[in-house]
Formats: sequence, structure tokens, C-alpha cells
Amino acid sequence: MPAASLTVLYFAWVKEKVGLGAEAVSPPASVATVSDLIDWLAGRSPGHAAAFADRKLIKAAVDQVHAPLSSKLGDAREVAFFPPVTGG
Amino acid sequence: MATIRVQREAFDPGAEINGFCTRNPTSGGIATFIGQMRDFRGESRNDGEVVTAMTLEHYPGMAESQLAELVKEASGRWPLDDALVIHRIGSLVPGEAIVLAAVAATHRGDAFAACAFLMDWLKTRAPFWKKEATETGACWVEAREADEDQAAKWKR
Repeated sequence: MPAASLTVLYFAWVKEKVGLGAEAVSPPASVATVSDLIDWLAGRSPGHAAAFADRKLIKAAVDQVHAPLSSKLGDAREVAFFPPVTGG
Repeated sequence: MATIRVQREAFDPGAEINGFCTRNPTSGGIATFIGQMRDFRGESRNDGEVVTAMTLEHYPGMAESQLAELVKEASGRWPLDDALVIHRIGSLVPGEAIVLAAVAATHRGDAFAACAFLMDWLKTRAPFWKKEATETGACWVEAREADEDQAAKWKR
């Protein structure tokens, strides 16, 4: 079962498209994986939909650890979405 | 052991390296890497835009923990005496250092390899994002496939 309340963070252009840096959400129990969460979040606003339009460009971290989109959410408390990193 | 710093303030790579050497007098080999913001000197990027400044965004908490994780992984692969990673966030101007990685070991082979590894993994795993400002606006830097290939060489 996913956690009842989840903090979702957005960075770089994902943040700009969504229009938010962070939000607290309560996805339904059917949202079991990171990919499910993307599907669900994409329905929240046109900005969300635009940010997640091409998920090949999206990376995720679950509780601050890199996670493939197929990862189970389990009892995660924080999920972040961002483009591939470009530091260094 | 290792020192990890994520900071807004500019730093002096020379002074940091001197301090690192002084703190590790028993290490025979110290390898360092400095990544700095290129000064395009008014020349255009590939798309004809002139880059005037850069902003670095990061994921607070995860950026620091990922850098610590990279250093831990390097320490598991090579016998290191010490490591230092400093990464800037916020606004940068051309010529400023973005990142400094330094590793100390008994011999140069381990130091060179660990330093290269740290940078290759940092480029693909540490959650930082560069946004380049030009005279007409700002755009996010795209990840390079070559960086992924470079990082993949260290997989085992």
C-alpha cells in the first residue's frame, strides 16, 4: 500500500512545467509504482501533463535514492522527479 | 574522513587543494579535478547564443548524500586516505570553479583512478542541474550521452 500522504518534489524544467517545486499528495491505493504515480500526477493540471508528456526524459528518486520508474512506492515518503542531471 | 561541501559561495580551488595536501601529509599521491564555467569570451555556443552566466539548481539533502555515497563507493574500490568534493549551487559567472574533486592515496594510480571515477559518477548521479543564461533568455543544459557512456565504464 502506498503511503496516504506523499511529498512530491520537482526540479529544473520539470518544476517549471509543473509550476510547483513541491506538493503533498494522497494518491489512491491503485498507485503502486513510480510510473503509476506519474500517470496519476499527469492528470492534476495541464502543467503536470506537459512535464510528464515524454517520460523518457524523466528521472525519479524515491526517498532521495535514484529509482527506476518501475520501482514500487511501498511506504515512500518523498518522491522527486527531474531531468537527467547536469552538474559537475 | 571525506569532506563534502555544497555551497553558494565561490571558492578558491588552489587554496582548497593546498589545505587538502596539508591535511594529508602521509599521502604520496593526490589527484585533483576542477570543473569551471567556461568563458566563451563573447563567442557563440553552437546555437549562436552567447552564454553570460549560469545557475545551478540542486536537490537539497540528496545532492549531499549522493556525493557522500560516491566517495564511499570510491573508497571501497581504491585504498584512499582522504577525499574532498566541493560543488557550487546558485549563480556562477564565467571563470568560476563549479566543482572540485580531490583524492589522496599512497600511490598515483589509485588517486588518478578514484578521481576520474568520482567525476564520471558525479556527472550522471549527483542531482545538480545547470541553466545557462544568454542575452535572449535562459535554458536548461541537456545531459550528454557521452557522460552516460563514461560512467558506464566503471560498472561492475
